[in-house]
Amino acid sequence: MMLLNASGCLDALVAPDVARQLDAFVTKTITPLPREGNAPPRIAETAHGMLNAIGLANPGRDVFLRQTLPRLAETLDIPIWVSVGGFSARDYAETCAGLDGSDAAVIELNLSCPNVDEAADGAAEIVAACREATAIPLYAKLSAAHPDVGAVALAVAEAGADGLSLINTLRGTALDPRTLQPVLARTTGGLSGPALKPIALAVVHSCYAATGLPIVGMGGVTTGQDALELIACGARDVALGTVLFSDPDAPARVRAELAEAAERAAVASPDDVFARAHDVEKLPHTRRKVTA
Amino acid sequence: MSRRERRSVVGAEAVGRYTLLRLARGGLDPGAPGQFFMLEAPGRLLPRALSLCLAPPGELAFLVDPVGPGTEALCRLGTGDAIHVFGPLGNGYRLDVQRPLLVGGGIGIAPLPYLAQALGGAPALVGFRSDEHAAAAQLLPGAEVVVEPTLVTEAIRPGYDVLACGPEPMLRAVAALCPSAQLAWEAPMACGYGACYGCAVEIDGELKRLCVEGPVIDASRTTLQLATKEIAA
Repeated sequence: MMLLNASGCLDALVAPDVARQLDAFVTKTITPLPREGNAPPRIAETAHGMLNAIGLANPGRDVFLRQTLPRLAETLDIPIWVSVGGFSARDYAETCAGLDGSDAAVIELNLSCPNVDEAADGAAEIVAACREATAIPLYAKLSAAHPDVGAVALAVAEAGADGLSLINTLRGTALDPRTLQPVLARTTGGLSGPALKPIALAVVHSCYAATGLPIVGMGGVTTGQDALELIACGARDVALGTVLFSDPDAPARVRAELAEAAERAAVASPDDVFARAHDVEKLPHTRRKVTA
Repeated sequence: MSRRERRSVVGAEAVGRYTLLRLARGGLDPGAPGQFFMLEAPGRLLPRALSLCLAPPGELAFLVDPVGPGTEALCRLGTGDAIHVFGPLGNGYRLDVQRPLLVGGGIGIAPLPYLAQALGGAPALVGFRSDEHAAAAQLLPGAEVVVEPTLVTEAIRPGYDVLACGPEPMLRAVAALCPSAQLAWEAPMACGYGACYGCAVEIDGELKRLCVEGPVIDASRTTLQLATKEIAA
């Protein structure tokens, strides 16, 4: 089991000591062209969560490849996962081609940012185009908002994804209680934090059942127990997001709590509860393998 | 060096409409004047950013304006309670100025007492919306105090190196009067250490993170600020 950060929740160049507590670092999403991001205010605290509407602020693919990625590789001695975004399958594939042979250990395809207007091509189409463009392992980050995310997971698996990152934030709105106007300049933002945990558990559970692919589980992880539950639903690895904002020591703390939670569950290692929340006999992906 | 520790409240006193929250310093460095700390707000998901007001021996003191659920929770803390504190963060005021004048508006008085100490005393001018709020001026002995409808900008005399903190309209007005002023800004902030990108404001003509570039910014570098009072209304 590896502990990662959720994309967009940590800047390893500004806070390398936080990143070094992780087993792998995931970059903020990179798009073909530089993006300044959305106008402020961009964040709002809500009950059991927060909204963000950052809008994929990033220096763009060229500056990232020339400057940011080499600096990250110099700063960190853990694998670097590069989150890739775009507005068409071609955008994604061109960035993946640019990353081929770079310091990127894994490419996470952000197919689910709720904070940009542009509609992307279908998830499977994007994954297929990227698969042709690079030999680097591809993880598809999917949205829990899809009514049948298991079917999307199966489609991206068949298109060549090596793993899944689940879940991204979900779109929400917060109003100022006095003016009844949206707090965020963009009106909507992505909901993250503890409010997401039951959704993350459900999505990881259904996508593992559908595909059997390696999954990085994330969404509302605050404690080691939360991480253990994601593993039991089928996550091989776990990422921390919003908790990093309030607790930069969260990776070390969650790791220690995870060991305690495993002990409470009467197992030697967190990996020992992997997929325990499934009835193995009923897993479609294992059935498929048996019949094949 | 910033670090995060759980610190006990050693005192919480009303100062007019504000609360001076005093915490045991522990291993935390008070940092430079104008730097800030993220204080755990009991019952809330996100901590709140507060600049250091005073650094008595063994303590860190913060002036809190109860403007939302987080700051209200901080004002309810009592002696013996404990919260996580992370800092110091950001960049403070440059102290290499010839003729300093500290200018504060409302809760913007917060970083000025510690700043005055670091400068070995400096003239100060603070403005408030009411006499009750103006009670906070006791934290800055000798300061000239104005109360609305009089504005601090009406009382600034030329020839000073202004170091200011206050609401956005005041900072804009100070910047117009004193283009070389150092201004401490506020923005909604989830993390305080560059992770969330929530506090982006226009600096040098582009959106940059206030927690990384500031919160103290030369007046010439910034033109836009869309601050809210708290991260949750």
